Amino acid sequence: MRTVAEFRIEYLRQLSPQGRPLDELPAFAADNEELLKMFAAMLRARTFDAKAVNLQRTGKLGTYAPCLGQEAAHVGVGAAMRPEDCLAIVYREIGTLFWRGVSMTEVLLYWGGDERGNDFAVPRHDFPWCVPIATQTLHAAGAAMAFKIRKEPRCAVAYIGDGGTSEGTFYEAMNLAGARQLPIVFVVVNNKWAISVPIEEQTAAETLAQKGIAAGIPGVQVDGNDVIAVRDCMSRALEKARNGGGPTVVEAISYRLSDHTTADDASRYRNEAEVAEAWKVEPMIRLRKLLESRGVLDEAREQAMKAEFTREVDAAVQEYLSTPRQATDAMFDHLYANPPPYVEAQKELARRYAGTGRPSH
Amino acid sequence: MPKVTMVEAIAMAQAWELAHDPSVVVLGEDVGKSGGVFRATSGLFERFGADRVQDTPLAENMIAGMCVGMAAQGMRPVAEIQFMGFLYPAIDQIVNHMSRLRHRTRGRLSCPVVIRTPHGGGIHAPEHHSESVESMIAHVPGIRVVCPSSPARAYGLLLASIRDPDPVLFLEPTRIYRLAKQEVPDDGVAAPLDVCYILREGEDVTIVTWGAITTDVLQAAEQLAAQGISAEVIDLATVSPIDSETILDSVAKTGRLVIVHEAARNCGVGAEIAAIVAEHGLYDLLAPIQRVTGFDTVVPLYRLENDYIPSVTRIVDAAKATLAG
Repeated sequence: MRTVAEFRIEYLRQLSPQGRPLDELPAFAADNEELLKMFAAMLRARTFDAKAVNLQRTGKLGTYAPCLGQEAAHVGVGAAMRPEDCLAIVYREIGTLFWRGVSMTEVLLYWGGDERGNDFAVPRHDFPWCVPIATQTLHAAGAAMAFKIRKEPRCAVAYIGDGGTSEGTFYEAMNLAGARQLPIVFVVVNNKWAISVPIEEQTAAETLAQKGIAAGIPGVQVDGNDVIAVRDCMSRALEKARNGGGPTVVEAISYRLSDHTTADDASRYRNEAEVAEAWKVEPMIRLRKLLESRGVLDEAREQAMKAEFTREVDAAVQEYLSTPRQATDAMFDHLYANPPPYVEAQKELARRYAGTGRPSH
Repeated sequence: MPKVTMVEAIAMAQAWELAHDPSVVVLGEDVGKSGGVFRATSGLFERFGADRVQDTPLAENMIAGMCVGMAAQGMRPVAEIQFMGFLYPAIDQIVNHMSRLRHRTRGRLSCPVVIRTPHGGGIHAPEHHSESVESMIAHVPGIRVVCPSSPARAYGLLLASIRDPDPVLFLEPTRIYRLAKQEVPDDGVAAPLDVCYILREGEDVTIVTWGAITTDVLQAAEQLAAQGISAEVIDLATVSPIDSETILDSVAKTGRLVIVHEAARNCGVGAEIAAIVAEHGLYDLLAPIQRVTGFDTVVPLYRLENDYIPSVTRIVDAAKATLAG
């Protein structure tokens, strides 16, 4: 007998949970302004996230999927991407969306039941929110195929969660990406819980990064609560892809500190002690400590940032709440570029009976 | 002008678009070097190369999903699903994304994708190779379903489908892939979508049909003519959305309607056509509508398939039933 294939999965971390550099940091981390920008992006996402949950609780927003605890993974990915790269999100990654230019009002509109929230003013080419699990990985692979055919130096990034890695679609996307050496990075945000199913029950695999191995794709694990490590790891994966080196699977280990969505109650299936432990290693702590140790961040400055983001969020909420709902006709708009005649007939019917149904919010 | 079969006309249309639109990419299982299991992409790989004519890994859901991604980023993928019975894994992507990406992004992104797939039975194929489940996709808003009935129509409708800004499921009736040759000018002229084609004018009864069984309907019309009955034969061509106007105008003239399709009856597209005529043309009808369809059972293996597919005799009998009494 001989061994015909072996694999190895590395785990990357730059900062300890208490903010101590474990090794020489990557070059971008020498720039305090850059790190402050990333810290601000995480704080901005967290501020927005808390407000969105509150809006749902007070009946002003539909079901919402919070990102609490995963801000470093999302901001790290966003910071590593170029504007011309193409992102395929799931439904939780506001840290990346905001970094790429999607507005808070757009996010609120989407979760507030308005398709216009998917019509990002910036970036125009990114894929919209994607609810059917894992389906977005194929869209990213298709985008990467388009870039490869047109010989454009662009990459696609597909997010997926730990539960999503059980879907056949994920394997199909990785297999295509490997077989055709597409410029794509699959980012698995392993937040340990797929609604109520913990990762231990999801798979017998030791890591989710290794799921790429069968497709011929190297995989790497990164501490998803370490924004410096995530950005560094993503930058290298993207550079490799951009230079024809093919795809990578990046598993960012994090934790879902919130419920799955506002419609969920995580206390039904997981214990408080586990959540309390996860709070000790949440991603804001270590970057805050690093920046404080460098003398560029203190309590006052963070509070000032927080106040600024609260004002920004409040303004976005006002804009969202004061945006009139679309006209009844809008449910037919953009269904076809060249609508068949039935559309006009049904539009007329819908207009005639608009407002006669149950009251809408 | 050379005479070509339908399958050759389909390859011709793809070659035309590959040559004239750099965003067009043909892809699917075995469409490249082999030229497709039915040879519907024959010669394209040699002429346009491996980037434009791609052999994909074997996964239908993947094919549909990558088409969504490619189309959203500016390409026009023309994908082959090898048999309609293998379309089912792709339905997630077709229904959840391909047909609604334009709608859900308010026109920001769109999916100009064609999915070509063989349609129907009658070729002694193995199990799962004889499906005609167009009504499953016809039910979905945002995607068109198109089915040609002759080489020339296949050429024109496929060109139109590839050029359309929205997704099209393009059904290719395998039974008539090579049944007859026809002169088809390779001139890049598309045939319009969203309209029916009147194949034979008549006065006594309207017969609406599509796909391979159109040839049987035309034979039935001949037999009816020999018995003094004048049948108008309408090729639906775009199965969804339905061109109601042409059908209603014809029924207003003949007063009688027979709908013929190979697919099973229950919730088939024929039911929608019957409902349209019941809603808008009831007072033109001189007799109850007749449906001649496949049976509501599993398509049998090939020893029985010709008892499943409606025969010319059944079509003739249904037409005569509308004239009885």
